[in-house]
Amino acid sequence: MDPIVLVAIFIGVVLLYAWMVYNGLITAKVRISEALSHIDVQLKRRTDLIPNLVESVKGYAKHEKELFEKVTEARSNLVSAKTTQQKAQANNMLTDSLKSVFAVAEGYPELKANQNFLQLQEELSDTENKIAYSRQFYNSNVMDFNTKLTVFPSNIFGNLFHFKPADFFAADEADKKPVKVSF
Amino acid sequence: MNIYSAISTNIWKSYLILVLFVTFAGTVAYVLTKGIGYDPSVGILIFIVSIIYSFVSYFFSDKIVLAASGAREIQKKDNPELFRTVENLAIGDGIPMPRVYIINDPSPNAFATGRDPKHAAIAATTGILERLDKAELEGVLAHELSHVKNFDTRLLAITAVLVGFISLLTDMFMRSLFWGNMRNDDRDNRAQGIFLLIGIVLAIIAPVIASLIQLAVSRKRELLADASGALLTRYPEGLASALEKISADPRPLKTATGATAHLFIVNPFKGKGFQGSLTNLFSTHPPIEERIKILRSM
Repeated sequence: MDPIVLVAIFIGVVLLYAWMVYNGLITAKVRISEALSHIDVQLKRRTDLIPNLVESVKGYAKHEKELFEKVTEARSNLVSAKTTQQKAQANNMLTDSLKSVFAVAEGYPELKANQNFLQLQEELSDTENKIAYSRQFYNSNVMDFNTKLTVFPSNIFGNLFHFKPADFFAADEADKKPVKVSF
Repeated sequence: MNIYSAISTNIWKSYLILVLFVTFAGTVAYVLTKGIGYDPSVGILIFIVSIIYSFVSYFFSDKIVLAASGAREIQKKDNPELFRTVENLAIGDGIPMPRVYIINDPSPNAFATGRDPKHAAIAATTGILERLDKAELEGVLAHELSHVKNFDTRLLAITAVLVGFISLLTDMFMRSLFWGNMRNDDRDNRAQGIFLLIGIVLAIIAPVIASLIQLAVSRKRELLADASGALLTRYPEGLASALEKISADPRPLKTATGATAHLFIVNPFKGKGFQGSLTNLFSTHPPIEERIKILRSM
């Protein structure tokens, strides 16, 4: 066969492969942003529930001012967060402050018996589960994308088209540590 | 076999089964006309009906299967815990929220159906809701949602409806052999005899083919659904102990039939009666001990 034909076939195959890699990466990227929007829906729901929670707790525990400030601050941080990392961080802060709200609520039997409060508590814990699941879905998509970007030979074209690895939605560092039990 | 290749395999297998079904029905129709001397119009009619039937099975198999199992749809307020668990898992799998059904039966079991994730439904018996704790139920539902995500449900539901039809067809054929209008035509008596023979052979092997199709479609995918379900909940022990509880319960599921048995997470006959021993022979699910062992080793 003519060497020119061979070279032409080789270039054709490489171009075809580059085209497939490019499309695959774009698809993976679209999946990531879709997964991120799933997280956002849950985060929005969470931030919407918090003012109600603060109101219902305030009715029973007025003097826990510091706590309310902490929650409100964490909430506004989450609302104003832009990047994935900021969101993840603000969300973890909010999780912590909510934990202390529910810990404080333990000390107020009347509050614990309040139907409205109980419902909010249930809604918030459900939202937290949903955030965890949507985070898991997002992270698995990020992992797919980042793997494509780093494995040979698709990494060559990934770099050529200037794709950047996506950020994971990090879980709270404290959650990752083993739980300490003391007697 | 990873998830993505499983999805594409399932999609082309569903179409293949539809094509095979129409071919099979066409052959049966041909044999009926040639072998027993039915009018050719009967053959054409059967062929057309089989094509219509495959369309019906593609679009309505989920409704047929749900209705046959006596499942009724529930809303969030009817069982918030079940509904929420399904919601969470659907988010984790990145699929739309499926419809949720409850089957009123004390035998613990569950299945999923629907032609794609947008038209999916997930059904659980009241028995399973009573017996399992939260982590176990989550494991079972994650297994079912994996079937939805992998497009197993499309393949399985189509198979259920078509297998039901094939056994109905061969039943009819056998009956017509005994009671039907056999004509004695001198001209091609021999040819008729050969076709008659083929007809009998077809009638005998048809249920076997049907069982083999079911067998081929489900064994591997149960293990895959177990694995991807465990990946979703990050807690294989939940599903493992759920499987233990479900298989330890001796009550068979009343509404399950030979055509729908392979849909359920655990063989609904519990190895009892004629149907039970038949499904053991053509087992659609890998042995439960093996599934539990694999889950526990994850």
